[in-house]
Amino acid sequence: MDTQKQLDDFQKRIDNGEKIEPKDWMPERYRKQLIRMMSQHAHSEIVGMLPEGNWITRVPSLKRKMVLLAKVQDEAGHGLYLYSGTETLGVTRKELIEDYIYGNAKYSSIFNYPTLTYADICVIGWLVDGAAIVNQTMLAKSSYGPYARANLRICKEESFHKKQGYEMLAKMANGTPEQRKMAQDAVNRWWWPTLMMFGPHDSDSPNSAELIKWGVKTKTNDELRRHFVDRTVMEAEAIGITLPDPELSYNEETGHWDFGAIPWDEFWSVVKGDGPMNLERIKARKIAYEEGEWVRKAAKEYARKRKLEKAS
Amino acid sequence: MSTFDTIPQTRQEALVEVLLRLADDRLILGHRLSEWAGHGPELEEDLALANIALDMIGHASALYEYAAKLDNKPDEDYFAYFRDDIDFKNIALAELPRGDFAFTIARQFLFSLFSYFLYKDLIEIVEDEQFNGMLQKHFKEIKYHLRHSREWVLRLGDGTDESKSRIQNAFDNIWMYTGEMFEIDEPFKAAIEHNLYTKVAKWQSEWRTFVNSTLTEATLTVPDYEQYMFTGARSGRHTEYLGHLLAQMQFLRRSYPDAEWK
Ligand SMILES: [Fe+2]
Ligand SMILES: [Fe+2]
Ligand SMILES: [Fe+2]
Repeated sequence: MDTQKQLDDFQKRIDNGEKIEPKDWMPERYRKQLIRMMSQHAHSEIVGMLPEGNWITRVPSLKRKMVLLAKVQDEAGHGLYLYSGTETLGVTRKELIEDYIYGNAKYSSIFNYPTLTYADICVIGWLVDGAAIVNQTMLAKSSYGPYARANLRICKEESFHKKQGYEMLAKMANGTPEQRKMAQDAVNRWWWPTLMMFGPHDSDSPNSAELIKWGVKTKTNDELRRHFVDRTVMEAEAIGITLPDPELSYNEETGHWDFGAIPWDEFWSVVKGDGPMNLERIKARKIAYEEGEWVRKAAKEYARKRKLEKAS
Repeated sequence: MSTFDTIPQTRQEALVEVLLRLADDRLILGHRLSEWAGHGPELEEDLALANIALDMIGHASALYEYAAKLDNKPDEDYFAYFRDDIDFKNIALAELPRGDFAFTIARQFLFSLFSYFLYKDLIEIVEDEQFNGMLQKHFKEIKYHLRHSREWVLRLGDGTDESKSRIQNAFDNIWMYTGEMFEIDEPFKAAIEHNLYTKVAKWQSEWRTFVNSTLTEATLTVPDYEQYMFTGARSGRHTEYLGHLLAQMQFLRRSYPDAEWK
């Protein structure tokens, strides 16, 4: 059991803004929460490759095809650093991966929606990577050193993804009637799921207070969401895209944009597994994992043989 | 020769032909590699295969861009999106379906090794500055593709029984598609005249020696070089696989050709 003195000292370090490193003492619960958050983040990067991968072979120009391939490659890299970061807490990548393929570890629900047109790829870059940036910029200040550093590194690449998505969406939104239709339709479908990426309202988010106390997070879900809405409204307007919320209006008093009610029933149903693409996403990852098993075994066996050779 | 092809008469025509042949190989194989994104056997390979796909499509795009300039076509996308399968000049090896990881590795190894020798040679021969600059730049990435695939041939060959039988099968099945790499037809002969292509036969035995030594080190059996070899893809006589690949790759661009997609 963690003693009160240990807990107090730990809290003092957090309050002083010190970073906690893998070898430092930490409360069991802090470790658990971090494993949960970091691995969920890692799984999200990996599952996130699927909806985008769905368009790699169909991107309508070579330039944009390369942009998308580079992005998907970056996401695999993000998954890698995050898994390595999580491993510093005493778990293995294999355990973590099997936890979401066979168990019920979560990943961001946003990736349980389908990418129907090429505009979805642009909107994912703009909105989904945009929301990830808001979240990850905060997490780059997280009290756990390896998590903070992973986020700092990731954020630079996410900014690039967002810029590229927004740029192409702008072209579509100002393009032919068909392109405009695809662009607006994609925004209509992705807007609410993106707002849900920040998690439940603070009042329904039991973990939030503890995570903030421990400096894992430094802002609440609602604060992050509001920040995201504020900056996105202007970006939408600049390219002639309408956000699908009739209640969106600028509040002179608060200086922020007020928005309509988020469809939380849908959110919880997708989190629990009933979303349009939940089964397909997990199935695709499961197939890749199981079909890859002989490859991983071969690599291990080859390494073992080489080691034996060296020893003899 | 395909129905509509003519032998390049001028240096410029020969150059366009070579650029397109090199580019088509790389676009089509890069496309096959890109199908792995998110489905690789481990995260490191998701990263590596996407990276190699990106390099190859990048090489293709640069080659097409130059060809477009010489041939008065609007841009690099013209060649990728607005030609039909009988106009594509890639070898059939590039268009075969993705297969399992062993097939992907066997194909990549044989192709990257061929590219390695080809580019090394062309860098010495080609006088056209812009083309040569591209060859030099892409050569660095080809070396990495070769190293990556060679290491995997060794791991899979000398790994487990299953991996050994899979990679052996892959080499056995792909072997009949390796002959096209070494073919010299009329358009290539014309290009050789202008120092834009090379007599690949001069290093074919070196290529084989490298293949043999890698497969032997991987405890694999080298298939018979003197078997039936597929031919004709360079002049548009492809397998049935290419049409489906292009249908997917081109559909959106062709549906809305007047829209801006860059
Ligand atoms: Fe990412
Ligand atoms: Fe992320
Ligand atoms: Fe991203």
